[in-house]
Amino acid sequence: MNRDVADPQGGWSCPRPLDRYPQVLLAHGGGGRLMQQLLEQVFLRAFDNPLLNQRHDGAQFEVGGQRLAFTTDAYVVRPLFFPGGDIGTLAVNGTVNDLAMCGAQPRWLSAAFILEEGLPMAALGRVVESMRAAAKAAGVEFVTGDTKVVERGRGDGLYVTTAGLGVIPHGQCIGPAQVQAGDAVLVSGDLGRHGMAVLSVREGLEFEGPIVSDCAPLAALVGALLEGGIEVHCLRDLTRGGLVAALNEIAACARVQVAIEEAAVPVSEPVRGACEMLGLDPLAVANEGRLVAFVAARDAERALELLRAGPHGAGAQRIGAVHAGSPSRVTLRSRIGIARVLDVPSGEQLPRIC
Amino acid sequence: MRFLDEYRDAAQAGAYARALRRVTARPWTIMEVCGGQTHAIVRFGIDELLPPQLTLVHGPGCPVCVTPVELIDKACEIAAQPGTMLCSFGDMLRVPGTRTDLQAVKAAGGDVRVVYSPLDAVKLAAAHPAAQVVFFAVGFETTAPPNAMAVWQARRQGLKNFSLLVSHVLVPPAMAAILGSPSNRVQGFLAAGHVCTVMGYREYEPLARRYRVPIVVTGFEPLDILQGLVMCVQQLETGRAEVENQYARSVRREGNLAAQRIVREVFRVVDRKWRGVGEIPESGLGLAEAYAEFDAERRFGLTAYTAAEPTECLSGLVLQGVKKPNECPAFATRCTPEHPLGATMVSSEGACAAYYRYRRPVEAECEREGL
Repeated sequence: MNRDVADPQGGWSCPRPLDRYPQVLLAHGGGGRLMQQLLEQVFLRAFDNPLLNQRHDGAQFEVGGQRLAFTTDAYVVRPLFFPGGDIGTLAVNGTVNDLAMCGAQPRWLSAAFILEEGLPMAALGRVVESMRAAAKAAGVEFVTGDTKVVERGRGDGLYVTTAGLGVIPHGQCIGPAQVQAGDAVLVSGDLGRHGMAVLSVREGLEFEGPIVSDCAPLAALVGALLEGGIEVHCLRDLTRGGLVAALNEIAACARVQVAIEEAAVPVSEPVRGACEMLGLDPLAVANEGRLVAFVAARDAERALELLRAGPHGAGAQRIGAVHAGSPSRVTLRSRIGIARVLDVPSGEQLPRIC
Repeated sequence: MRFLDEYRDAAQAGAYARALRRVTARPWTIMEVCGGQTHAIVRFGIDELLPPQLTLVHGPGCPVCVTPVELIDKACEIAAQPGTMLCSFGDMLRVPGTRTDLQAVKAAGGDVRVVYSPLDAVKLAAAHPAAQVVFFAVGFETTAPPNAMAVWQARRQGLKNFSLLVSHVLVPPAMAAILGSPSNRVQGFLAAGHVCTVMGYREYEPLARRYRVPIVVTGFEPLDILQGLVMCVQQLETGRAEVENQYARSVRREGNLAAQRIVREVFRVVDRKWRGVGEIPESGLGLAEAYAEFDAERRFGLTAYTAAEPTECLSGLVLQGVKKPNECPAFATRCTPEHPLGATMVSSEGACAAYYRYRRPVEAECEREGL
């Protein structure tokens, strides 16, 4: 519908406007179906190429006989500082993790800062110090960057964009296309903490216990799996849209069905309580230091041991398995034993009324 | 987690399901009134545990779903005006009005804020004296006390820039309307536990007597719902029609008297239009005369505005338990959560959204993906 309708606002003619919304909505950035539509109908359509169409956390390619992974991410978070991290730790760990999900060793990062006039120097200093410390912890270096300042009111204090380059020291191909029926599905720890930590500070909500973001670098954890000889088929860090979005994207790409057990998915008590209260699904809440791993079933137990012994993996669990079947979908067996479809939320999850 | 896991126990759920099969001898149709219960039933798959003779239909108890389209239009109209700040609970933002929805108004520059409590809107009004702050007060008896408290506090603080766009609805008149309809097929009710926590359940007793229907005040967890169903079917099978209380850990017969007092102080009972259903006499709350200055419709001159609903949407029949969401020809094809034709496809408590999320038919999905 609405093909070739010119945009009355700016004269820009979009080949296929996003159905009836003539403007970008916040929900287009929420990690749900509206965002997938935006990516598919605007960006992927315009930039179409085989590397981009891998649709993984980063592009993987070979230069002069060396396999490389390349990725970029923009960071906008309000407030800039939250329990367990700040925009600086996110900007390092997010990009490091995207590289790690390609099975790469992250090496070099770039940083582009958009600063708003009036941002306290002390806040900028804190963020940059966080970035330095996070980069050191992840074993990466900032090797290039850019800075722009915008007028007061034209930014949210501070935006950061980082790009990262990593080397892939092995021959394993890691991505949604490698996922196959029979694979075991593992997560590296309890879910939903980052999203709920940020929400609680932003909205001034007080829950039963303090919720601290899980923001952490995952490259060492991935390294442990690969060095341990685990047949890793796909990795995904569970950022925006959480486990639900990641599983649905991977299932669709790999054309398989993924079945998980609700009772096996680790969620901490404070996060569960907060989500119950607000009517949110913790499985669709963002994480910044958690991954899902699809591994060959015979390696599942050993992979769990390696994850649990590694940094930020103590709470790892096996949550489900991959099955052949069409159409691709994700199902969740509820606590009372009934399976249902686990679908991507439309946009951002919105707290319910009562 | 305490107060949660013990009501989601798989073994106990199985035991209740077996009990339900034992007590159910004849075919019965029971309606769960509240959208929260609908969500739990579909989310946990409770309906798949029921004996084949038992049919569950989903009731009108989703506040987002029953808010009439003209009130959405009014909210959009207010939000689009410069100098106003429209505060709403999150799930109202995607409900379609006649031409637009609140998230599109927000994208076009309207000041729409998602709040978690009406008292946050009062704080915003105090902090922004130059802006007109409007709180979109939707909901059943459950949200009426905090919304009443917001108005009461605004008056006490002398705030002249705070008002309420009221769309409050009441459960018992809606149940009476369903029971009195010629197309009614509901033989028993699971009443909404949280509504009864506030209001008690005395007002349900005349309904049970007059229409000869059992009404079981029921909670929201899987075991609550299964136990409520067992109690309701036992009444049906033995020919009783009483009000029983499954949710005794939260509900008393007289309800929360302090909450009822503030509601009576600030609101009065009015006739109210229900989206998809039409006007039901004395089925809503409006601001009492003494608080009329806080009425956003009067403040913005919108009292006379009316709007027609999209004709293709069957949400009215869904809300009355006459149709199931997947019996609608537009379900999951022309009507999806991204582009809802009606509000039942929007809120997580809406029956159509719950079916779409957890029960989408494979065929509809294939069609959508062009397979």
